[in-house]
Amino acid sequence: MYRAAIATLVLLTASAAFADGGLVTLRGETPLDVSTTPPPMPSVVNTDIREVRGWPEQPPVIPHHIDNYQIDLNVNRCLTCHGRTAVGASQAPMISITHFMGRDGQVLAAVTPRRFFCTQCHVTQSDVRPIVGNDFKDVDDVIKAMGKP
Amino acid sequence: MWRLVRRTWAVMRRPSVHFSLGFLTLGGFLMGVVFWGGFNTALEATNTEAFCISCHEMRDNVFQELRQTIHYTNRSGVRASCPDCHVPHRWTNKIARKMQASKEVWGKIFGTISTREKFLAHRLTLARNEWARLEANDSLECRNCHSAESMDITRQSSRAVQAHERFLFSGEQTCIDCHKGIAHRLPDMRAAALRPDPAAMGDARRFLAAMEE
Repeated sequence: MYRAAIATLVLLTASAAFADGGLVTLRGETPLDVSTTPPPMPSVVNTDIREVRGWPEQPPVIPHHIDNYQIDLNVNRCLTCHGRTAVGASQAPMISITHFMGRDGQVLAAVTPRRFFCTQCHVTQSDVRPIVGNDFKDVDDVIKAMGKP
Repeated sequence: MWRLVRRTWAVMRRPSVHFSLGFLTLGGFLMGVVFWGGFNTALEATNTEAFCISCHEMRDNVFQELRQTIHYTNRSGVRASCPDCHVPHRWTNKIARKMQASKEVWGKIFGTISTREKFLAHRLTLARNEWARLEANDSLECRNCHSAESMDITRQSSRAVQAHERFLFSGEQTCIDCHKGIAHRLPDMRAAALRPDPAAMGDARRFLAAMEE
């Protein structure tokens, strides 16, 4: 009974929010039985020019296509260029040495399993207008604003 | 046995008693057309995507993977189907490949890859067969569409330009050396190098030295 009351309350609140037009899903206000027109898919930046990192620890973004790159138990397509032994031939940047460290900081001979799935942290970029704005400031700008050298 | 051969030979040597020369030559010609045409039609029928995916081994495994890739759907609407990559286009080579394929008929009859598990267990062997074939013929089936001569590298990304200049145009590598797993998922590659041994590939310094010469 108690649970049913809560559910009703949630439903009522949700429908009220929808009725306002204040809260919608990414899908918009199209009814569920109607197909939306999907927005055009932005193309991936493929310049091969490294992007500046927002802060030192930021995982570098991927400046090229990674369509259908296989990363699974069988093979890691990224490491065929970015792996330690591959960079001589590929001239791609080698993965950071942190990727060889286990969680206790022990350095292993190969990529540690917790770092194996590249796209968990590294992503491609698209030249689009951000959906949500933010007021992130580069640390250099912050220091400058504070008036210190 | 020997007597049978001799008797057949004697019959073959003797001039025809009942049939005219015209009947025999024209009839022979017509039958030749029918048999040769029939043979080639049957051969072409086995050279279609529909034939390949009429077996569940191909339809449920490799075909499903191909459908995700750029060789199946792409911006220009050109599609490469199974025989475009897996069967040579030249007649003699095609016949040779078709004769090899009799082993695949054997595999079909005895269910060598009749389940997903069996297929995955054999995947490395199967992939290696195809890699070896493409390495041996200098990626001929790739080059039926993608020739180095008609490749405009100014339209490629700088990464692709570098790789093609260093390895493809120099003849040091062939397409399949780098482009493995573009149409199907890769097997467990711990047992096989996705790229040739880096030592055998030559490093950037050697390439630059060669460019300066």
